[in-house]
Amino acid sequence: MSKYTEDDLREELKTKEYEYGFYTDIESDTFPVGLNEDIVRAISLKKGEPEWMTNWRLQAFKSWKEMMEPEWANVSYVKPDFQAISYYSAPNSKPKYDSLDEVDPELLATFAKLGISLDEQKKLSGVAMDVVVDSVSVATTFKKTLGEKGIIFCSISEAIKEHPELVKKYIGSVVPQKDNFYAALNSAVFSDGSFCYIPKGVRCPMELSTYFRINQAGTGQFERTLVIADEGSYVSYLEGCTAPSRDENQLHAAVVELIALDNAEIKYSTVQNWYPGNAEGKGGVYNFVTKRGLCEKNAKISWTQVETGSAITWKYPSCILKGDNSVGEFYSIAVTNNYQQADTGTKMIHLGKNTKSTIISKGISAGRSQNSYRGLVKISPNADNARNFSQCDSLLMGNECGAHTFPYIEAKNKTAKIEHEATTSKIGEDQIFYCNQRGIDTEKAIALIVNGFSKDVLNKLPMEFAVEAQKLLEISLEGSVG
Amino acid sequence: MLKIENLHASVDDKSILKGINLEIKAGEVHAIMGPNGSGKSTLASVVAGKEEYEVTKGSIIFNGEDIEDLAAEERAHKGIFLSFQYPVEIPGVSVTNFMKTAINETRKAKGLEEMPAKDMLKLIREKSELLEIDRKFLSRSLNEGFSGGEKKRNEIFQMAMLEPQLAILDETDSGLDIDALRIVANGVNKLKSKDNAVLVITHYQRLLDYIVPDFVHVLYNGRIVKSGGKELAHELEEKGYDWIKEEVNA
Repeated sequence: MSKYTEDDLREELKTKEYEYGFYTDIESDTFPVGLNEDIVRAISLKKGEPEWMTNWRLQAFKSWKEMMEPEWANVSYVKPDFQAISYYSAPNSKPKYDSLDEVDPELLATFAKLGISLDEQKKLSGVAMDVVVDSVSVATTFKKTLGEKGIIFCSISEAIKEHPELVKKYIGSVVPQKDNFYAALNSAVFSDGSFCYIPKGVRCPMELSTYFRINQAGTGQFERTLVIADEGSYVSYLEGCTAPSRDENQLHAAVVELIALDNAEIKYSTVQNWYPGNAEGKGGVYNFVTKRGLCEKNAKISWTQVETGSAITWKYPSCILKGDNSVGEFYSIAVTNNYQQADTGTKMIHLGKNTKSTIISKGISAGRSQNSYRGLVKISPNADNARNFSQCDSLLMGNECGAHTFPYIEAKNKTAKIEHEATTSKIGEDQIFYCNQRGIDTEKAIALIVNGFSKDVLNKLPMEFAVEAQKLLEISLEGSVG
Repeated sequence: MLKIENLHASVDDKSILKGINLEIKAGEVHAIMGPNGSGKSTLASVVAGKEEYEVTKGSIIFNGEDIEDLAAEERAHKGIFLSFQYPVEIPGVSVTNFMKTAINETRKAKGLEEMPAKDMLKLIREKSELLEIDRKFLSRSLNEGFSGGEKKRNEIFQMAMLEPQLAILDETDSGLDIDALRIVANGVNKLKSKDNAVLVITHYQRLLDYIVPDFVHVLYNGRIVKSGGKELAHELEEKGYDWIKEEVNA
């Protein structure tokens, strides 16, 4: 056997096809392409929404028309043609399924391929699944157990009908309709998503989990997620996804809003593995997401994310620390390979007194990718004794990728304490040789080094997710060292 | 066990080894000494299979097999171990995790199942006691913030865990105080058997007071210019390397 050289690695990296690149043909109910007021109305009608919701959407659409796409991010791409996208697609507009037997067998086969079959998931103790395939929830499990505690976990469409008072009060309260271009678009056309409400003093007994998938050629995906943790409650929410391989770009513009009322805690974890495009940088998902949480008094929100997919990522899960003594955390691993571009980070807005925030960001760049951390720490005049600690580490593989850090700090209170640490390192040939000499081949050595680098963040993920995330890191970086 | 014949090697087209001949049999301890820049560490790296070094002539036979085309990890699987002069840091990877991976990858290469956790723990306990290593040390990130002595002791701990047939100790004595030196040497001596062999690479005679060689070779300018018993090491210590250089150049 000949030596495994750097060139071999490069070659393998280039030919490595996306593992989950397949396409499931499920008979779909899809709108014609284009966007106008009628389409917005039609989406609302299709979903049987009340008038207030239709109007809310129309308001958003009106704002969106006046807005411009943001261009400040450190990414370059061909802007999507918003009139060439179909804004609604549902796998067969049947009513919801009561059991797995009723679910399209082809869909189940897809899940089996991904290794996340519902059967398996159902058996996984402590994990309830709300599976979102192409915008419509097809199965919800563990609903009963949750129901006994008064926990509501359902699709946002269902929540609009069944719990209008909660949705009306909180939707758009953290991410307003005209917050930004993509949030406005999402507000106008969101197709579905998840809704979760944890009543006062209730500790959610299981990790709530949603798998998102994009599965319809040319269909934009506009998920809307709303999580409300009432006073003194706790919930851990997991979100993860994979998508089929395809040639044309797919736009994804989700909005996630978290509300943690007094003394509540929300832990929101994401593993994102959307199709990143092929080795030439063709295709791949555009991921323009707005995620934000609001903390009331003594509340805590933790965002943990492992981002390995998408051609373009534009994502800044943020915390508004409104209440005194509230805590915001952001733990992130962002991996880019080939021609992927990621501009991701967080905003920690300190409004209340004694508020604390922690940012740990680990960026890993390989191939010809560009990986940027962009973060804002803002201390308002009233936020006495606010604390922030930020750590941004970059790991580079090869000589053709880039890592960038854009930390912004705005402190308007003299008592603020802000710390920022940043490192950049490269996987060295000496490290690889050291591992090789101990019998560990180069692939495994990279996985080991990357996992070590990412450990601080991986440790924050719930157990079952951490394993999946480690696997993803390995898949994403297979054969990429220079 | 190891037979090196007329080995020539270069890095970046610069010729460093210029015809090495060396045979090591099971149960033997060999020492290679020589002035700085004579090619000692290069020899260690070439045997271990570091890619930057190109073998231009000659052969390395290990247990009857020419290993020139084998990757570094394949040589490791066959039982070649290199204790590094400058062990690298791998942040976030604990010593235990690293060893677990190394042992299981080696077992996998041999078609064996992963070592059960219970056996692994037992092995770790056994070997860490042998080398007087505090168990807390094993959960630290590999070589990160280790003192010179800790790094070297960790190398020998890894050697103890992997139980190689041929252990090459590259300047293991550098950066060690006398106590650490004794512990490391004791460890090596305890691991020595009639089935394995040790190749000690050193600049000074000091380490050889503790790990007593059967053969001492002097490497100079890419060639072994003198071989002898352990008394040769004492002679070098006394007289330095200049007389060797003069002999060669004469």
